[in-house]
Amino acid sequence: MTDLLLENASVGALSDVSLAVPGGQVVCLSGPSGSGKSRLLRAVADLEPHGGAISLNGADQLDMPAHQWRSRVIMVPADSQWWFDDVGAHFPYKAGENVPEALGFPSEVMAWSVSRLSSGERQRLALWRALALQPQALLLDEPTANLDGEATRAIETWLLEEIRRRQLATLWVAHDPAQIQRVANAHYRIHGARLEPVHGSD
Amino acid sequence: MEVIDLAWWKLGLAALLVLALAATGHLSRLGITRSLLIAAIRTVIQLALIGLVLEALFASSAFYWIALLATIMLLVAGREVVARQSRRLRGWWAFGIGTGAMFVSSFTVTVLALMVVIGPEPWYAPQYAIPLLGMMLGNTMTGVSLALDRLNESVWRQRAVIENRLMLGQTWQKALEDIRREAMRSGMMPSINAMAAAGIVSLPGMMTGQILAGSPPAVAVKYQILVMLIITAGTGFGALMAVSWGGRRLSDERERLRLDRLTKS
Repeated sequence: MTDLLLENASVGALSDVSLAVPGGQVVCLSGPSGSGKSRLLRAVADLEPHGGAISLNGADQLDMPAHQWRSRVIMVPADSQWWFDDVGAHFPYKAGENVPEALGFPSEVMAWSVSRLSSGERQRLALWRALALQPQALLLDEPTANLDGEATRAIETWLLEEIRRRQLATLWVAHDPAQIQRVANAHYRIHGARLEPVHGSD
Repeated sequence: MEVIDLAWWKLGLAALLVLALAATGHLSRLGITRSLLIAAIRTVIQLALIGLVLEALFASSAFYWIALLATIMLLVAGREVVARQSRRLRGWWAFGIGTGAMFVSSFTVTVLALMVVIGPEPWYAPQYAIPLLGMMLGNTMTGVSLALDRLNESVWRQRAVIENRLMLGQTWQKALEDIRREAMRSGMMPSINAMAAAGIVSLPGMMTGQILAGSPPAVAVKYQILVMLIITAGTGFGALMAVSWGGRRLSDERERLRLDRLTKS
């Protein structure tokens, strides 16, 4: 059973963050902007110096090389980056052959030039790029921020399906209460330096 | 062929030309008079002093005096490398990495050229060692500072890309590979361009000087080829070390991007 575990993690103004994300489940994080949601995700990805212990399936973050940890616990930032000219160059070999239909791209998307992608298209492809690397846990920073209502629902459904099927432990930063209601198995809100569980959302 | 020595008063004639330029600049309010005169005075004083130092050095030929001068040259070059980076590593790292890279590359290559290729007696004979080291250091300094400046600036500008690549599980080496390549190119470009243009577009200064001093062109050309080759090798290895050490310092043991280790001058 995949399990992403944070024990007394601290980063920036946040301290004593303890939570468990079971495989195949979504834990939502919310809080005012600037409260440190993204920083917490970055700490879980080990991109920022932080305190406390973080582990996946009982394997401690610090017991493996950082890039190995990050290939298991993949973070998708709010503003995804593309550094090659073509879309396909960013994907592992053969991942381009079966782009999920739910993303709404024609099959030749891998040959597209990155410069013609809209921000919403980049965001959807960034999610597929992360999943194509076969992670065991996902850290999503407002994954539907650039999408309209209809696309948001389609992406949510597809993501939840993948998360359940692959048993991914998922930390999902969101600000829309309706979205949290739809996707979260548990919901935590940042109050000052603390992470507090929010009840009543399933 | 005898070398025609220049009398000091004849240099005064050349100085008159600069004075005339300064006067013209002053009358037409070009605003360069002051810096022109100061720079002209500096060049006269600095070169006259180094002339005295070299005269004394050639007379004594003691190893420790040569080593002392070489050390001073290296430290000044190290300071210059730091000054030429708009963003640089905090603390002594900027100076240490630049100076270390220049030391290892230019000293090794110079000593190698002296001992194996030219072979003066003793190998550190100042009339060979000092000019050779000076040319090596001058060029390596340019290469190392261009490479480090480019490395730091690109890492700063492309921080989002680097971090996104790290998030996808790439190693630090992999996430930085494009930037490292660009920085290397930037450091090597002047030497590569100089080699390509040598003899056709430009007559390199050292060869020109040697011919003016009465050496047969065939000998001067051989020295110039030697110098250009070892300069390129020295600059290349210097830039390689600087980029590799600098790139490592921008990350930590957890392969994070550590922009907090950079500071803007």
